[in-house]
Amino acid sequence: MTGTFGAGPLPATADVVVIGGGVVGCAIARELTRFELSVLLIERAPDVATGTSKANSGILHAGFDADPGTWKAKLNVRGARLYADLAEGLGIPRKATGSLVVAKDAGQMDTVADLRQRGRDNGVPGLEIWNRDRLLAHEPNVSPEVAGALWAPSGAIVCPFLATVGFAENAIRNGARIVTECAVTGIDVVGGAITAVCTTRGRVATRFVVNAAGLHSGAVARLAGDDSFTIRPRRGEYILFDRSVGQLVNTVLFPTPDKVSKGILVAPTVHGNVFIGPDAVDIDDPDDRETTAGGLAGIVAGARRIVPALPLGTAITEFAGLRAAAGKDFVIGPSPVTRGLVHAAGIQSPGLTSAPAIGEAMVEVLAEAGLKLRPRAGFVPVNPAKPRFHDLDRPAQAALVAADPLYGRVICRCETITEAEIVAAILSPCGARTVDGVKRRVRAGAGRCQGGFCGPRVTAILARELGIPVTAVRKDSADSWLFLPRADIGAAEGIHA
Amino acid sequence: MARVVHAIQCIVCPIGCGGEVTVEDGTVTTLTGFTCNKGLAYAAKEVVSPKRMVTTTVRVSGGGLPLLPVVSVAPVPKDRIFDCLNLLRGVSVMAPIAEGEIVVADALGLGVDFRAARDISVVQ
Amino acid sequence: MRELSYDVVAIGGGPAGMAAALAAREAGAERVLIIERDRELGGILQQCIHNGFGLRRFEEELTGPGYAHRYIEMVRNSDIDVWLDTTVLAAEPGGVITSVSPQAGLQVVRATSVVYAMGCRERTRGAIRTPGSRPAGVFTAGAAQRMVNMEGYLPGKEVVIVGSGDIGLIMARRMTFEGAKVKAVFEIMPYSNGLTRNIVQCLEDFGIPLYLGHSVTAIHGKDRVTGITVSQVNEKLEIVPDTAFDVACDCVLLSVGLIPENELGRAAGLMLDPITGGALVDQFRQTSLPGFFAAGNVLHVHDLVDWVSEEAAIAGRSAARHARGELPEGGAARQVAAGEGIRTVVPQRLSPLEPGKMSVRFYFRAARPMGASLLQLYADGELAFERKLRIVKPSEMIVADIPVRKIGAATKLEFRLAPAPGKAETEEEIGEEA
Ligand SMILES: Cc1cc2nc3c(=O)[nH]c(=O)nc-3n(C[C@H](O)[C@H](O)[C@H](O)COP(=O)(O)OP(=O)(O)OC[C@H]3O[C@@H](n4cnc5c(N)ncnc54)[C@H](O)[C@@H]3O)c2cc1C
Ligand SMILES: Cc1cc2nc3c(=O)[nH]c(=O)nc-3n(C[C@H](O)[C@H](O)[C@H](O)COP(=O)(O)OP(=O)(O)OC[C@H]3O[C@@H](n4cnc5c(N)ncnc54)[C@H](O)[C@@H]3O)c2cc1C
Ligand code: SF4
Repeated sequence: MTGTFGAGPLPATADVVVIGGGVVGCAIARELTRFELSVLLIERAPDVATGTSKANSGILHAGFDADPGTWKAKLNVRGARLYADLAEGLGIPRKATGSLVVAKDAGQMDTVADLRQRGRDNGVPGLEIWNRDRLLAHEPNVSPEVAGALWAPSGAIVCPFLATVGFAENAIRNGARIVTECAVTGIDVVGGAITAVCTTRGRVATRFVVNAAGLHSGAVARLAGDDSFTIRPRRGEYILFDRSVGQLVNTVLFPTPDKVSKGILVAPTVHGNVFIGPDAVDIDDPDDRETTAGGLAGIVAGARRIVPALPLGTAITEFAGLRAAAGKDFVIGPSPVTRGLVHAAGIQSPGLTSAPAIGEAMVEVLAEAGLKLRPRAGFVPVNPAKPRFHDLDRPAQAALVAADPLYGRVICRCETITEAEIVAAILSPCGARTVDGVKRRVRAGAGRCQGGFCGPRVTAILARELGIPVTAVRKDSADSWLFLPRADIGAAEGIHA
Repeated sequence: MARVVHAIQCIVCPIGCGGEVTVEDGTVTTLTGFTCNKGLAYAAKEVVSPKRMVTTTVRVSGGGLPLLPVVSVAPVPKDRIFDCLNLLRGVSVMAPIAEGEIVVADALGLGVDFRAARDISVVQ
Repeated sequence: MRELSYDVVAIGGGPAGMAAALAAREAGAERVLIIERDRELGGILQQCIHNGFGLRRFEEELTGPGYAHRYIEMVRNSDIDVWLDTTVLAAEPGGVITSVSPQAGLQVVRATSVVYAMGCRERTRGAIRTPGSRPAGVFTAGAAQRMVNMEGYLPGKEVVIVGSGDIGLIMARRMTFEGAKVKAVFEIMPYSNGLTRNIVQCLEDFGIPLYLGHSVTAIHGKDRVTGITVSQVNEKLEIVPDTAFDVACDCVLLSVGLIPENELGRAAGLMLDPITGGALVDQFRQTSLPGFFAAGNVLHVHDLVDWVSEEAAIAGRSAARHARGELPEGGAARQVAAGEGIRTVVPQRLSPLEPGKMSVRFYFRAARPMGASLLQLYADGELAFERKLRIVKPSEMIVADIPVRKIGAATKLEFRLAPAPGKAETEEEIGEEA
């Protein structure tokens, strides 16, 4: 019993409605499909992973940052452990790189020792203090002016888009419905209890709503008469470097943190790039993801303190992500005002890491709120593997092309992505609908030419596979059209050949 | 007596001399700033009857591509460029097309043909 | 997996690959192959539908497809093998080339000589680090050119062009022809990187303003681009405060430079020139890997396709000689450096010069625009040769034949550009390289 995905009609009823198709909402939806329930996830964008879940550091934090006893501390450590088991089966690229908190002087070495203690209290395994030599041996490009570091072997990195898509696809395979291009505009509350959710695609009757609307989770809560928290957007900017920078860093490098944020990091991605960022600036508009000259200059300066020789000439893109801050901790639990409304809100960092653990926690929260949970036979915990031409050896590549000739046509030359992979990404149960959706799933256009060469080709493949005109293909959001038809004016006067 | 001074940038060679051409009652009277004869000839012509090559595309059906590039065989008067483009916008042809084939003959009576700039073979 | 062998394989079937293959065949290579990723030969020329190609090579003004057509006909009339819709995945030392195509699957070719002719790609927004949002409607000019000229779609109606390279200028006219409004072209440098001819015929003809010394400081729009912010820059290319203004548009076309497409070479361990982004080559266009040659935009970015064809013919002939074991051995021991006033020079090294050879042709790019200048050769630190140039522009390649007797036995050659005293003479005509 496979579910559905896309900008289709809303069902009349659902046992649970999850609002928001970020990593948190998708992980929750997946967890709910373990039970005999009709699960509906509503997302206003044309795809999942278009909010904060697409622009973050992609780090599975070890878990030494949060104060013991908080949701953050509990869910982070649990989440990191769950990814270790889940990632492969769900098709989520993950690399166990470990992470380092770099200390520049004796004072910072004290902070690092405190972090180790906090980490131990949170149950983080294997923490060690490294001296300068050990650090430089592991990370030769780190500034020689360092004192030492905290080594966390359980720190890892993941692809945040494929994490979200992996959870979403698995939820769909287990029967969830995801309706996109559908914004929640109202929540009907009768006698203090939820009865329905109103959207731009109509109304769905339900008794349980999970608020996982990220930056808009405060607004969604207020739709149900709950103003118990507000969200403050806090922007972080990034610069991403080409894969040609190679082993610039081997692990995630954090500076020793101060009060406000974890500081500017230098870290690898699962795909072999390196990024620097993020800064932390409070802003007003929850949809403003503009990067700024000042912000970019600031993160360059910050990153240089850890890695002085930054390959700025190999930058391939810059972007910004917005943290949904609602205070110090996550907002997890039932609404204090409205029955049937439960929050997974204010999920700032380490929300990506925590997502699968948030999924588990929300099942308990919903059960306590009165949702009947009967385990469902036939839950399939994994997604079928999708071959990645580039990662295979030659005989395996030859076999793929023999089975499907479209594996023989390379569309994205920077990342060696074939037409068959793009078609598969579009036709998958949680298939790409936009050019950026293709890029997030298979990396066509994520390389150094940033789609300059393959963008038009991906557009044409999307049009063909979705059965829509090229002029209806969008970049990312609902109104991000790419091409117009050429104006054909008047009738022919000349001689036709 | 109408006397107009035109500032003209020579494009004949990479030096790119900038000069002035004075036209009185429709005839060129003085040219300054151009340092060679080719440039003088260009500048005078550019003022009296500027012409441009025109390249654009027309629709083609039955081929592997939707568009066929076409080019004027000789320059056309600058003020007729958009008329030519409008004419060609309405033209569509059928594959196969051979490079050099005339797509529009004597466009708008200007005495200039437009020809196919490439081959397009038939694709089923 | 099929496995075949060839004397010479050209990777890429643009003008460089075709000219190299033809020259190799003419110079006696028996089995020659062109591997091209696209479904037809011609490379980037097929989308450059404007005229201005071939004045030197064919003494005729052709369009890009027209120029390509000439070469495609020559290839068609030869016995050179052509594989289309086939992407080279790797070209390893020893000449083992692995390619893939939908029809033939994975194939391995053994080549005695390989000519890299993969062309270049465009620099993107990321490379120039333009802040702002990331809406739809920001395209590289070449990608937009392909969409307009080959697929028949428009990238927008109200266009701003960033960068005044020739592709940007050509696209300004193209978009105007297609009924779009081109609002302005912004160039960060105090001079344009395009040909004067293109500035006149693509901008001035249509009243499109060109702002020199202006940089885009932000791109706006959440879904589709809605506008940009522009500021003036000073000589150090720093933003001048309080000069910012906004321009509304629904499309931004970037024409901010080209970079050789050298991933295959990099993977094979080629030594690269950090400035050109292409391989280090000698006068035979042989790279640091014996038997691997390079030509065209993959070697250094050219302004005229005519030079591409000429350079590729050198590479093709050398590849044929290498295949027969006739290319002189001895290593590219002599270094050629770009000194004051010069940004790039190709070739960057010299192998032993052959007896009977009268001159060596060098291709230069100037570091900055200059009036009348002297192109100077310093051989082991001594001024050995001078040539007057009437004008120098970074956008136009300088080509010069340097007499072998001036080079002598020097091991370090350095070229410089110096302001010329007095009045300059006309540039010498350049003949075919023997
Ligand atoms: C700069 C930065 C760096 C980070 N680094 C890390 C890290 O390294 N490791 C880590 O673990 N975490 C990190 N995080 C945190 C992590 O990215 C987030 O916690 C996580 O992505 C939040 O997911 P989400 O699903 O709650 O929100 P989102 O991904 O924002 O999803 C919310 C979704 O709800 C939708 N929505 C909103 N309103 C409506 C409505 N009315 N109707 C329908 N849909 C609606 C939105 O369109 C959106 O898709 C980082 C965050 C930032 C900003
Ligand atoms: C937009 C634009 C406008 C121009 N305008 C003019 C002009 O007006 N006048 C003029 O004289 N010159 C002009 N030029 C310059 C001239 O056209 C180019 O210098 C010339 O086309 C370069 O030829 P090339 O063969 O090196 O590269 P390309 O033409 O780029 O050919 C490279 C070929 O290699 C193929 N390839 C790449 N990688 C692989 C692989 N791994 N496997 C198989 N195949 C591969 C590509 O598909 C491509 O077909 C222009 C160039 C551009 C980009
Ligand atoms: S006038 Fe002569 S020298 Fe001056 S730009 Fe024209 S052709 Fe060149």
